Amino acid sequence: MNFIQELGVLLKKNIREYGMYIALAFIMIIFTILTKGLFLSARNISNLFNQMGYIAVLAVGMTLVIVIRHIDLSVGSVAGFLGAIAAALLRNNFPLIPTILIIVGLGILVGLGNGFLVANIGLPAFVATLAGMMIFRGALLVFTQGTGTIIIMNDTFNAIGNGYIPDIPNNTNYHLLTIIIGLIVVAFYIMSDVRTRNNKLKYNFEVLSMRMFVLKEIFISAIIFYIFWTLASYNGISWTFAITLIITLIYHLLTTRTALGRHIYAVGGNPDAAQLSGIDVKKITLFVFGSMGLLTAISGILYTSRLQSATPDAGNLFELDSIAAAYVGGVSAAGGVGKVINSLIGALVMASLINGMNLVGVGISLQYIIRGAVLIAAVVFDIKTRSSAK
Amino acid sequence: MSDYILEMKDITKDFPGVRALDKVNLKVRRGEIHCLVGENGSGKSTLMKILSGFYPHGDFEGEIIFEGKPQKFRSIHDSERVGIVTIYQELALIPELTVYENIFLGHEIKSGRLIDWNKTIAMAKQVLEKVKPDLDTSRKVKELGVGHQQIVEIAKALTKNVKLLILDEPTSSLNEDDSENLLKIIKDLKKQGITSILISHKLKEVVEVADSITILRDGKTVANLNKEDGFSENEIIKYMVGREIEDIYPKRKKREFGDKIFEIKNWKAYDKTLGRYVVKNANMYVRKGEIVGVSGLMGAGRTELALSLFGNPKNYAVEGEMYFDGKKVRFRHPGEAIKAGLAYLSEDRKGTGLILDFDVKTNITITGLRQLVRGFFINDNEEIVLAEQFKESLKIKTPSIEQKVLNLSGGNQQKVSIAKWLFVKPKLLILDEPTRGIDVGAKYEIYTLMNKLVEEDGMSIIMISSELPEILGMSDRIYVVSGGRISGELSREEATQEKIMTMAVDY
Repeated sequence: MNFIQELGVLLKKNIREYGMYIALAFIMIIFTILTKGLFLSARNISNLFNQMGYIAVLAVGMTLVIVIRHIDLSVGSVAGFLGAIAAALLRNNFPLIPTILIIVGLGILVGLGNGFLVANIGLPAFVATLAGMMIFRGALLVFTQGTGTIIIMNDTFNAIGNGYIPDIPNNTNYHLLTIIIGLIVVAFYIMSDVRTRNNKLKYNFEVLSMRMFVLKEIFISAIIFYIFWTLASYNGISWTFAITLIITLIYHLLTTRTALGRHIYAVGGNPDAAQLSGIDVKKITLFVFGSMGLLTAISGILYTSRLQSATPDAGNLFELDSIAAAYVGGVSAAGGVGKVINSLIGALVMASLINGMNLVGVGISLQYIIRGAVLIAAVVFDIKTRSSAK
Repeated sequence: MSDYILEMKDITKDFPGVRALDKVNLKVRRGEIHCLVGENGSGKSTLMKILSGFYPHGDFEGEIIFEGKPQKFRSIHDSERVGIVTIYQELALIPELTVYENIFLGHEIKSGRLIDWNKTIAMAKQVLEKVKPDLDTSRKVKELGVGHQQIVEIAKALTKNVKLLILDEPTSSLNEDDSENLLKIIKDLKKQGITSILISHKLKEVVEVADSITILRDGKTVANLNKEDGFSENEIIKYMVGREIEDIYPKRKKREFGDKIFEIKNWKAYDKTLGRYVVKNANMYVRKGEIVGVSGLMGAGRTELALSLFGNPKNYAVEGEMYFDGKKVRFRHPGEAIKAGLAYLSEDRKGTGLILDFDVKTNITITGLRQLVRGFFINDNEEIVLAEQFKESLKIKTPSIEQKVLNLSGGNQQKVSIAKWLFVKPKLLILDEPTRGIDVGAKYEIYTLMNKLVEEDGMSIIMISSELPEILGMSDRIYVVSGGRISGELSREEATQEKIMTMAVDY
């Protein structure tokens, strides 16, 4: 088999996996051309990651919720509400760390509350979290009624959504620590892939041919390194980007390598079989909603910090943006299918669209229509390739 | 006697990498009951899917002649139009709708643009008159047993002006009573001139009802038998497997039992949603190294009994005493039961047994993942090694342990289901219909495995089964369940089919 043939077979076999990346590349190229390179500028890429952070974090949690065949519509309102509480606490000179801990704790409580209604009482998740969406939207309005928008003066808090990680002293124009981190990420990526490949070889499982494997490693390493290089030529890694990446990494490990993660997918794949296999479905449901609450709190903090204030309409439609990101990333409403990394990419696809269309000057009304069309196209693609791949 | 309603000639069908059918011939005479038998994977279902138009014309080689005319079906719709109706194993009824709504689903009786409900009900009654006059047409299908649901399917077929009725293993999930009933209906339909093709694994019923039998093996027609020449089960089995099976049930080397490992006294389970006791005052025990058979009719409470023991996932209100491994216990959920050494193989491997989207490996280890966790993470090396061992020892036929179980045959799926329980090394294994819907070869392997487990590993087994020969062939002792209570206990020596049936219908 020659090289081109092999590449063709590979693409065809993994079209589902690669489709989203191809779509992302396509969107990026289009906007780069339309904006004469502005889209891919260091400043805009940095900006793009900051814009996507609070949705990406929600999309990661939403992936697990959808995997176990539920939905959480309350996350937008709750994120807005928790952001307002944080703002109020900070304005009254409450110290930063306790504030963040309180917000995260409240988020987990709300999530567990949703989980309790769904798992223990037996409410459909749609209904339980729709109620939550209304209740917390109302609560946010009540909370900001007297004050209107709450401005936050705490610089450390505001840095979460706007600041960058510090650098180590050097005399270049580049953010040296970002480059070093980029190299470490690449090294980890290659090491983990080599380990997996060797393992598979040991048991005679199907693996990529050596030349394909090397090519793939070079290609992906180059992209990863290019991203970090670009960021380094601007202000470096932002706190938002760092938080998003760390959360995604933790959830990636949780879902792919731990027993808890396997149990979550088992519950999604077949709840009855999971229960008869000794898995406590209620506990898993509580955990997944609790984790959604935790991520909602973090999303609320990221957003509030980015705006440096809490507004009455904060978090509006976040739930739908994060659900869309997860679906673009390939989760299935039938349960048991979906990867958190892909949902992160899904969030990046949607954020790139918005960012690009803003740069080009597309009106907000048309933006919604295009985003809707992309969502449908992504899910249609997913369904079509799934049935053919089997 | 050469009036053929259907001739399928030289049918060849390829799937990627395999030839599913190789020049298969099937000739069905008008007005007969034609049985199609063969092991799983022999090509029966593929052949019927070709006949029904599921695989459209052009997707296979060969010719279909129905009522003297060559047919080119492009869809199921095409075949139904000429009067070929298939009733699949998985019934295509809507549980929330009534009997009469289901019967006319898809071809509603209308006056003008609206459905004429009075006429629908009247017609439904009329059509049921032919098959089951006392069935209440206004009941929801979900309230009916599987046996009656099958009858509704047949009634539905009758309204479509059926000439050739194909039944794909209709009795596989029925008890003896319902099976007999169904077969009687098929014979009645024959008197009314309707031809049937019956696919079945139950050779006893095949011999009983068939006018002729076509036997497939590995995608080829291997024999064509006619009633005039006489049928025998042994002959059919010989053709199916290509060898003589001297004994379907492998010999046990020893029957020595240890102490009681499990016992229940006055065990009751109350189903809150049904509002009745599903298990009443059950007393039973199992000794170490013993295979205890649990027989009874469908709906007698056998599965309910098993579930109430196995951590009670259905949340019955449970009373009574249970002793396991020397301790008095009451498991609150399946996880606790598994930890104590109890395992339950579900009767419905696709519905509640396996996670079809998971691969072989992850299905096997899901019951005891914690054993494989080192630090935070699952040790994938250990997982692969263990799964490979089960693949070897249970002879699971799969290209790789990373294959989704969805793509395996029924027998191999069942082996994966068993492997996932052996993985946790239980002391007592409850097998609920362990050989349902799997072929003779795989059955034999499972029986051999059961013997090995009790003989060599000192395990104990409770085997729930609807098949009397299996109960008689495998059990050391037999309990018969009827109407939620244990209506009798028989030793291996005294048990006969007649005695069991008498106890099973004793309410």
